[in-house]
Amino acid sequence: MTTKDATYNYAIRLGDNALILGHRLSELCSRGPILEEDLALTNVALDMIGRAQALLKYAAELEGKGHTEDDIAYRRAEINYHNHLLIEQPNGDFAHTIARQLYLSVFEYLFFTELEKSKDATLAAIASKTIKEVKYHMQHAIDWTLRLGDGTVESHKRMQKGLNDLYMYTGELFEMDHIDTYLLHQHIAVDTLSLKAKWQSEIEKVLTEATLSLPEDTYMQTGSKKGVHTENLGHILSEMQYLQRAYPDAKW
Amino acid sequence: MVTVDLNTQDVYNLIAGIPDPEIPVITIKDLGILRDVKLVDDTYTVTITPTYTACPAMGMIEDQIKEILSNHGIDKVKVELTYTPAWTTDWLSQEAKAKLKNYGIAPPNHSSCTKLFSTAEVVVCPQCNSRHTSLISRFGSTACKALYKCDNCKETFDLFKCH
Repeated sequence: MTTKDATYNYAIRLGDNALILGHRLSELCSRGPILEEDLALTNVALDMIGRAQALLKYAAELEGKGHTEDDIAYRRAEINYHNHLLIEQPNGDFAHTIARQLYLSVFEYLFFTELEKSKDATLAAIASKTIKEVKYHMQHAIDWTLRLGDGTVESHKRMQKGLNDLYMYTGELFEMDHIDTYLLHQHIAVDTLSLKAKWQSEIEKVLTEATLSLPEDTYMQTGSKKGVHTENLGHILSEMQYLQRAYPDAKW
Repeated sequence: MVTVDLNTQDVYNLIAGIPDPEIPVITIKDLGILRDVKLVDDTYTVTITPTYTACPAMGMIEDQIKEILSNHGIDKVKVELTYTPAWTTDWLSQEAKAKLKNYGIAPPNHSSCTKLFSTAEVVVCPQCNSRHTSLISRFGSTACKALYKCDNCKETFDLFKCH
């Protein structure tokens, strides 16, 4: 494995996280619970698509086969996607969506703060751009967690259920495989393992204030780094890639 | 064939006045989107930076740069996108902020955005200058704006977020 190959894989993973979450959130366009939330969730989706574009463009450059970011986004099979399992989980009810956003945005805030120091200039540049946007996403998720958790009996119950249902997908956020370790030694990748305690304490702080509790330790799902996904990703791709598969190179 | 004898500053001046597609009262120079113009061999390389990563105006701005320069006989133009340094509202001039306010958008009122959250900040209504305003939504009609309402004149307005 060369540094270039490893960095390509790393950019694909980060790019897929942004791409698939962007798609998931865009499903809520015109379906937000209130108009302001419709705007908020689609704004977050747009940030994600922008981030995906930057990362997949970089991946295409590293790959060096003349592909564009669109080729990479639309022309891979499920097994070649490496987004976290948490990201592909369905939106569920609004509390579910917020629980996913909370787990993820707190993680991303910690992650991109570290990636900003990467020795890879492109990744560091994208990280420094991203971190500003992630702060907004995180504040949005925290605001709603507090509002729903410390709201009505029903909103509290649903928020806790969202948190409980998704908790088993959070362990994967901190996993390090051989690509991560290889790039960590070269000061390119982030040591995600070291972010776990901080993440947990940040999440706990929010949940306590929201009168919610951190779910109990459970079996953690894993697989995305090997391309093994939950059944949800296939459904996302069948919709997302439909046009490019039915009409390759379509332009309008 | 138009013969041209323009230096990079002339080229910069030609494109500096391109209005932002979403907020046409301010230019790409006012916003800090236009970063640099260089002459590399015989090609003018224009560097621009997006406000937000997914700013959908980038493609349109690139087209406008090429169109304006083409109208001045310059066809060898390359537009490059950079992410460093990351765009910040600190680059908005006082003049640009005044233009925003006249347009009905509250300008970002402090330069430092290092604080994680600044909910306590006072946002002044661009219509009636009241300081009694409240946040409706952190996310507004475009990525760079948040939605506020004025508790005095009751108008809703956009705040250009500190970024």
